[in-house]
Amino acid sequence: MGIAFENQVAAPQLPSRPAYGDNQTGTHLPERAGSLNGVIVPEQPGKNAIEVRGVRKVFGTGENQVAALDTVSVSIRENEFFTLLGPSGCGKTTLLRLIAGFDFPTAGEILLHGQDIAPLPPFKRPVNTVFQSYALFPHMTVAQNIGFGLEMLGKPKAEIEARVAQMLKLVKMEALKARRTSEISGGQQQRVALARALAPQPKVLLLDEPLSALDYKLRKEMQIELKRLQHETGITFIFVTHDQEEALTMSDRIAVMSAGKILQVGTPRDIYDRPAERFVADFIGETNFLPGTVVSKQAGVATVIFANNATISAGYPEGFDPTGEVTLVVRPEHADLVPDPAKGTITGTLSNIVYFGTDTHYHVKLDGGGENFIVRHQNSRSSPVTYATGAKVGIQFEEDAARVLKD
Amino acid sequence: MTTAALSSVPLSKAALFEAQAVKTSARRNRLLSLPALLIIGIFGVLPLIIICVYSFLVAAPYGGVQWQFSTDAYLNFLFQRDIFDDTLQFTPDFLIIYLRSFLFAVVTTVICLLLGFPTAYFMATRPPAQRNWWVLLITIPFWSNLLVRTLAIMFIIRDEGLINNALIGLGVIDKPITMLYTNFAIQLGLLYAFLPFMVLPLYSSLEKLDFRLVEAAYDLYATRRQVLWRVIIPLSKPGIIAGCLLVFIPALGAYVTPLILGGGVHLMIGDLIAQQFGSGRNWPLGCAQALILMAAVLVALFFYVRNTSGKVQHG
Repeated sequence: MGIAFENQVAAPQLPSRPAYGDNQTGTHLPERAGSLNGVIVPEQPGKNAIEVRGVRKVFGTGENQVAALDTVSVSIRENEFFTLLGPSGCGKTTLLRLIAGFDFPTAGEILLHGQDIAPLPPFKRPVNTVFQSYALFPHMTVAQNIGFGLEMLGKPKAEIEARVAQMLKLVKMEALKARRTSEISGGQQQRVALARALAPQPKVLLLDEPLSALDYKLRKEMQIELKRLQHETGITFIFVTHDQEEALTMSDRIAVMSAGKILQVGTPRDIYDRPAERFVADFIGETNFLPGTVVSKQAGVATVIFANNATISAGYPEGFDPTGEVTLVVRPEHADLVPDPAKGTITGTLSNIVYFGTDTHYHVKLDGGGENFIVRHQNSRSSPVTYATGAKVGIQFEEDAARVLKD
Repeated sequence: MTTAALSSVPLSKAALFEAQAVKTSARRNRLLSLPALLIIGIFGVLPLIIICVYSFLVAAPYGGVQWQFSTDAYLNFLFQRDIFDDTLQFTPDFLIIYLRSFLFAVVTTVICLLLGFPTAYFMATRPPAQRNWWVLLITIPFWSNLLVRTLAIMFIIRDEGLINNALIGLGVIDKPITMLYTNFAIQLGLLYAFLPFMVLPLYSSLEKLDFRLVEAAYDLYATRRQVLWRVIIPLSKPGIIAGCLLVFIPALGAYVTPLILGGGVHLMIGDLIAQQFGSGRNWPLGCAQALILMAAVLVALFFYVRNTSGKVQHG
């Protein structure tokens, strides 16, 4: 599979590293399993497809300097569906463009299978990109678009044709191969863009918010389609998105980014259940934030007291030492309403009930004030209790529901 | 009968109203195009008809025409009537001037394209705020008259001109290089006059180019050269076609530049035609020459546009 590219990348003499990267190399590198911006990055066994080491990217000069990436390190394993998740402007697309070679890092290294590719131009990297805008060539047919990469690699015509036919089949576009790209729908363009990027059998496929232009239903379909393609081709996918749901459903691992930094790397379950920072908890899924005070802590579990003197035990991330006033996070589905306020850990008044089909959200105005607390109930045929707005209610927490997080 | 039968078919009120609306809007559109049609008619079609009619008349001895039908003007384009035995002899003089002009126009177009493309590409890749300033710079020559600018070139390249004086002053040469009144001078003048007409349409199509496509091509292993030939040039074809037409056609009929910089020795079509109305006193011949030029351009255009637009479609 990868043999086709050996000549391209494993050139015996790589150009020497540009001077701008030299001064900083290594100074910000975390130890093999060290902490990165205070977040523990577990060093996993297995080969890494991409290793990003201490990469900084600064745009502009002088006064207008903006660090789009602030010393980022991350390892992406082979055959992994890896997602860079974050709000717009967090640096996720910048990181993708550095890996693709459209931009060059101000400092740091990007290794592909152990080899520094940071100084290589895009056409010398066995990495292909699916662009947000698809960027299909409007003057070529669907088949010509898909064959473009192979043609540029100088593959024989017969091989190109066979491969294009294979790709057309893979993305189910055989019937439209002679069409112009302007004559097919958005979803079809998306498939062509995928096929075009996959045709040269890259070692890593980069996807820059490829589903954002599609409508909801098509996006759902394509999410499954992408997972299938990744599984069938065995290529490492690096997927950029700002859609947390997309990230959770598709990824093997997710890196949550904000303001040019990676805040947390982990499996979707890790990220959702054990967010490392308040930003991560807030960005992924819905979250309630509760103020409290730490009274004691032991073996990663703190006892926190609320304003009404009720206490709760809450876990906290490794390497974080919660003291005094803290913020607790609780997922809406990890809390429950009780009709008798006396039985709740905290109490409040139901201010709003929002029906979502699969579940119902209860907005509770807490007696202590602050933001509304949201409780999510899955709807079933036999809901035991019905609530009405204005009712006094208590809120109970499931075990391990609460966590103390860094602000 | 049939019309009556057709119109008697009852139409719904809405359909009638719609038909009425279509009719009135069509009438309004025709009315709106009237000024343009009038101008084209008076200044375009009418003169063309006059030229066409004159080309089939006999030249009067002191200019003007005698109202007598003759195809002599067209015969004279390629043949010369022997004074003694009245036979026609092939003389390629005019044809040579036509071919020379054609060659000048082709060379001008090609060099303008080669110089204009990188220029336009440079302009199109500047930050948007800067681009208008570059366009302004390109249009600066238009602010002064072509005649004045051509005379300025004359002062630069003549024997005692800027270039020769500088080279002699520096001791590079000891005798001036003759540049004025040569083919080189005409070519230089044509390039100077028409380069902006190439740059502007190229710029406008390159400016619309989606540079993400360039990135996509780089990503798909295309080298810089391949990106140029496979993506940038095919996508800027409308600009290339427009630029080539805007340079080639006026260059073919250029009058002022060859007149001044060619010194009347190296004629181009424009000067030849002008001569027939001046010292030549052969209006019908001038008319015929103008029409032949027009026909040639039309034929060339037809093939050019057909070929290039065909390539755009079939990638």
